[in-house]
Amino acid sequence: MAIEVRIPTILRTYTGGEKAVSGEGATLSEVIDDLESNHPGIKERLIEGTDLRRFVNVYVNDEDVRFTGGLGTSVADGDQVVVLPAVAGGCGLTRAEWASTANI
Amino acid sequence: MLKIDRATYDAIVAHAKKDHPDEACGVVAGPEGSDHPERFVPMVNAARSPTFYEFDPSDLLALYKEMDERDEEPVVVYHSHTATEAYPSRTDIGLASEPNAHYVLVSTREHGNSDGPVEFRSYRIIDGAVTEEEVTVTDELRSKA
Repeated sequence: MAIEVRIPTILRTYTGGEKAVSGEGATLSEVIDDLESNHPGIKERLIEGTDLRRFVNVYVNDEDVRFTGGLGTSVADGDQVVVLPAVAGGCGLTRAEWASTANI
Repeated sequence: MLKIDRATYDAIVAHAKKDHPDEACGVVAGPEGSDHPERFVPMVNAARSPTFYEFDPSDLLALYKEMDERDEEPVVVYHSHTATEAYPSRTDIGLASEPNAHYVLVSTREHGNSDGPVEFRSYRIIDGAVTEEEVTVTDELRSKA
């Protein structure tokens, strides 16, 4: 048994369109390295420097890894890893700019 | 072109007005590949901010699991701007991660929480390129999922 990794739409270009691929490793970091060996380029979309990108969410068995040790989170055969880009954005102004523009 | 029914359109506008001056956000899910926005899902803006929105990460997981079980995808991803026009900001463009979605922007800058018209515009955002599209509001009833 391996670890199932669910891939979001935007990263399926790296997995030949597959919604889920299998990976191996004892930690999330190792699973991502394993993914990279089969799907080159994907790691850079998940990791910046030594940590997960700010706007990429990763869950191991439904737990957000930010609360379970980040890239060091332990994984085991049969676990499920879900990758979801943040749904986020905004007007791009600072608070001060907003306050001077807002109709209030 | 985005084709959206009146009830869903009104629900998005009402959510934007209610949350003003903070940005409101949510999705309208629909059957995968259908391009048909059917199920209105307002989300909490975890940032509770007039300048930024972000779905709460645990709500995000629950939403995507639910859509997965129903063979749905986010046909519309919407949010509001509360002091600026209904056009994607650099932040919006940089973070857009659903290449199949219609990104709906509503601006509440004119009337805030009060009645009155809003700007309601829709875009495709793919690889940093923004393409505005026509919005057609239909009178068909929202199908009950």
